[in-house]
Amino acid sequence: MTLELSHLHRRFADFRALDDVSLSIAPGEFVALLGPSGSGKTTLLRILAGLDFPDAGDVRRDGRDLLSVSARERGVGLVFQHYALFRHMTVFENIAFGLRVRPRAKRPSRAEIAERVEKLLKRVQLDGLGNRYPAQLSGGQRQRVALARALAIEPDLLLLDEPFGALDAQVRVTLRRWLRHLHEELGLTTVFVTHDQEEALELADRVVVMNQGRIEQVGTPDEVYQQPGTPFVFEFIGRVNKIPVKFAGGRVQAGDQRFDADPLDGIGDGSGVAYVRPEHLAFTTTSLDSGWKATLGHVFFAGSVAHVEIEVPALGLTLDAELGGDEAQRRGLAAGMSVTVQPRHLTVFAHDPKTGQLDPSRRRVVHPRYGQAALARMR
Amino acid sequence: MNEIVLSRRPSKARVSWHAVLIAFAVTFLVLFLVLPLAAVFVEALRKGVGAYTAALAHSEALASIRLTLLVAAISVPLNTVFGLAAAWAMTRFDFRGKAWLGAFIDLPFSVSPVVSGLIYVLLFGAQGWFGPWLAEHDIKLIFAVPGLVLATVFVTLPFVARELIPLMQAQGSEEEEAARTLGATGWQMFFRVTLPNVKWALLYGVLLCNARAMGEFGAVSVVSGHIRGLTNTMPLHVEILYNEYDYVGAFAVASILALLALVTLAVKTFLEWRYGAELAARAPRGH
Repeated sequence: MTLELSHLHRRFADFRALDDVSLSIAPGEFVALLGPSGSGKTTLLRILAGLDFPDAGDVRRDGRDLLSVSARERGVGLVFQHYALFRHMTVFENIAFGLRVRPRAKRPSRAEIAERVEKLLKRVQLDGLGNRYPAQLSGGQRQRVALARALAIEPDLLLLDEPFGALDAQVRVTLRRWLRHLHEELGLTTVFVTHDQEEALELADRVVVMNQGRIEQVGTPDEVYQQPGTPFVFEFIGRVNKIPVKFAGGRVQAGDQRFDADPLDGIGDGSGVAYVRPEHLAFTTTSLDSGWKATLGHVFFAGSVAHVEIEVPALGLTLDAELGGDEAQRRGLAAGMSVTVQPRHLTVFAHDPKTGQLDPSRRRVVHPRYGQAALARMR
Repeated sequence: MNEIVLSRRPSKARVSWHAVLIAFAVTFLVLFLVLPLAAVFVEALRKGVGAYTAALAHSEALASIRLTLLVAAISVPLNTVFGLAAAWAMTRFDFRGKAWLGAFIDLPFSVSPVVSGLIYVLLFGAQGWFGPWLAEHDIKLIFAVPGLVLATVFVTLPFVARELIPLMQAQGSEEEEAARTLGATGWQMFFRVTLPNVKWALLYGVLLCNARAMGEFGAVSVVSGHIRGLTNTMPLHVEILYNEYDYVGAFAVASILALLALVTLAVKTFLEWRYGAELAARAPRGH
């Protein structure tokens, strides 16, 4: 089942929920819609479910218009954020609902329904709980009932709205791995909405990053994390250092450092911002010619990793660096040490001179050369 | 901690204050509620059970009971359907004038029942706006059963809607949306999801609506015309008998109304006790 969304627009009074959204989803894909609240991700999901309709644009399933099919006839499985279980029905009746409301000709017999519900209960590891009411279940159990109920209608598309949002941390991790396996076993196409980047990066084949009704970037989790396409994606996913820079003659200058690298084409002269991930900041206590001179602030040991604050007077900034906890121990890092800092690579965006905003189309990756004293070789 | 415990121990002064307050409340209740209620039955039975049953078996008394039941039997279902539809519209859709609809639903609560009755007389009476047209077509609304029904429907209109709206607002529409995506038709959604979720609040609203429909005096009095055996409901009949010094008859009919009130109260109390959380719209949402 291929989904083709093109140029979707949706407005609520003054609020632009979707602003020219186009996306295609391949059969069997597991896609995450990731974004802050108000980014339009839930609106998009509701449109796919048939509970909301775009003002303009078009959705096709295997080439056929999906928007003209009512929610009732779409056969799309939807799991609500708060599950929306029928509170006055038992777990069994909740799961059987989608089968019982079928027109008589297509409705399975009583025995068949019972058999299928039992099978689903087993599948979501709730066998024996069919007679309970939703209020008698834990959050994780309710979530699985909601999932079984959605699966009962044998959908080819499964939609999940913040599926793990209301669960505590431990249940969340267990349940999402389980969901990933289920997705593979059933060969479904799954789209889920989340504001939790960790969830999106761990679960999805592809991540769609949304902001203010627009798609900022679509890519594999690795692409979205390693090569963010826009300033928003940099700041929304993962942790990042934001360093003001100047461009002159295709070169990048940040503080007192003018990076020696291949000249940047078409970036123009002016100002901009460089983004560097904490793990891409190398630093050494040996004093080197190239690189910022800096002082270590706090060193936070957080289990397998260590977070280091680096105060860089030339930038007037405190940068975050990250390295392995073992390595930080071995190097005896402590507050007050003098260091030289070298970013391994930087992603720069130039300001648009007219708007003063960062211009995503003027994005370049800079790989500085540090000559003899490159830290990369020391590590 | 100690202080709190100490202050909780009822001092003598406090005990006596409690006693005074409780005594006051009980006296008040006995004086203004229990005593009058008891008086109704005492007066009704003053001349013995025989006189009581005879008074009730009187054709005009029976006619008033039948008429009251008929009016309630028409207006309560009407307002039940209207209440469900209004609550549905108010809680599931956004539309222009929604605030106005809400205010209109409350109107009968704030308007004096006599005025409600007068409105219908002014509209449909012989001298009213539509009076001539109605007369031409030989339709009689005022001083006839249809007028009684109209006035009663107006007065009892808010009960069901007001009971349902807060609950349906609190419950939200997610369960209904879930039903849609699972393939339910509009009716299946309504009967399998919406109605079961509000059934106790609905029953409660219907009960209150019915109590008011049977007991309504003011609005009905204006449109009735007081034609004995034809347009007198029980409350109206009680007044007529009373004015004619037929105390046993008046109190006998009144005792039926009082009994209805007691039954309503009992069922209402039971519902509150059994389904209090749901009725107060505190039903947990999605848990």
